Amino acid sequence: MILYDYILSPDCYKIRLLAALTGAQLDLRAVDFHPGAEHRTPAFLRLNPAGTIPVLQDGDLLLTESAAILTYLAATAGPAWLGDDTPGMRGRVAQWLAFAHRLSASIGKARTHDMLQLPADIDACRAAGTRALRELELALTDCTLRGEPFLAGTRPTLADIACFPHAMLAPDGGIPTDAYPAIRLWTRRLRALQGFIEMPGIHRLHDLKPEPVAVPQ
Amino acid sequence: MTGQTRDPVRDEWYPVALVSRLGPQGRDTLLLGEAIRITLENDAPLVTAAGRTLPSQSRYGHVWTSLGTPPHALFDIPEADQPGRRLVDVGLVRVKCSPLRAVENFLDIAHFPFVHTDILGAEPHTEVGRYDVTIRDEVDEVWATKVHFYQPQAAKSAAGGITTEYMYRVPAPTVSVLYKTCPPRPGEWDVITLFVQPLTETLCEVWPWMALFDDTTPMTDLIHFQQTIFLQDRSILENQQPSLLPLDPGLEIPTRADLTSVAYRRWLKRRGYTYGAQLVAA
Repeated sequence: MILYDYILSPDCYKIRLLAALTGAQLDLRAVDFHPGAEHRTPAFLRLNPAGTIPVLQDGDLLLTESAAILTYLAATAGPAWLGDDTPGMRGRVAQWLAFAHRLSASIGKARTHDMLQLPADIDACRAAGTRALRELELALTDCTLRGEPFLAGTRPTLADIACFPHAMLAPDGGIPTDAYPAIRLWTRRLRALQGFIEMPGIHRLHDLKPEPVAVPQ
Repeated sequence: MTGQTRDPVRDEWYPVALVSRLGPQGRDTLLLGEAIRITLENDAPLVTAAGRTLPSQSRYGHVWTSLGTPPHALFDIPEADQPGRRLVDVGLVRVKCSPLRAVENFLDIAHFPFVHTDILGAEPHTEVGRYDVTIRDEVDEVWATKVHFYQPQAAKSAAGGITTEYMYRVPAPTVSVLYKTCPPRPGEWDVITLFVQPLTETLCEVWPWMALFDDTTPMTDLIHFQQTIFLQDRSILENQQPSLLPLDPGLEIPTRADLTSVAYRRWLKRRGYTYGAQLVAA
């Protein structure tokens, strides 16, 4: 499976994270998104006319939407992540996969604006991002009260992977996250998962590392 | 301004654009709080501020300019012209921090295992050994030499962990040049720079740039490696307090590992470079 990838993209990171959690092997192709704007070149637009990343290619199959890529990767390498134990759970996963688009369109755009100076209506992006985070906080609070630590139930699914990166990276776009304790605890649960990997701006939990031992002389 | 009055801030050279990405639309930006515009006229950069043409030059992949009258030429990086090196335009990253904080962070080694975990450092190899720092009066630059640090993946071209040797150099207040063990070419140094454009005292655009010996790694991977490192620093830089760099000793207590930072702050104060700095104790 080939992933057209950008190291700073939260949407590409979702795919890398799920691959790490499921043990799937990805053949990464680095796209010079910044400063080269390679995703706007004719060669890339032939691959994906939308000019967006990530893009996943597996034989004849070409997927350009993160939700579709996550779904395909889970179905291939870790079906439990699809979260289809019950119709209700399946519905909730689909709900959050769609919700994640709102995070990309608000927090994601605010972030590339503030970091890389890409164009955006920054006030509108921050306002929409804050509204989305408040919804996420409320939903996670309800989940916790029901005894469900994750967005679609008692175990992590694609719903969590899809929403996690932007919830962590919102401060990069000038959107504070201090006011959301349920989000904070949920992101800690995800960062504690076996096989978790980081991206720039999303750090591993250092307190889970083994106690340091003396350096051999 | 008359020729007699030197302004240590306005008379510096600053990076303001990447030559390779400066299109026909030009670039509108800020320098020291003033609006400037950069365009290309017959392949030469033209920088203007409020109708005034500023001194400018293209060097090390970037357009350099000054709001004042620089009394000196732009600092020299001889390695930039050495055949066989690959010159990497990493591209701008905007950071809400003092431009001096961005340079100081680049000079710090002690944070590697905690911020650049498993790349530039790893626990338990956290000790910063003794190294030398001098202010070289003949060139008026800060130099740190004989810096050694264990690194799991020192460069894209490094296979496995190595003890890397570093030299740090501050040739201008908002520029740092790092010389680093070059895995594929022992005896040479990889050159990694941080060029910082001060937009205001608490906002900057950082232009990392590299001149490397590495014939195998694709250019995009080299860019992504350096962007990874710098973006791991960004959120920390944006949360440092106080946001202006204190040049006087105060609440911050430096350790031996901070010698370069101490020299950098002392050097800034001696030059009267106070933009993005504070002089009262923190």
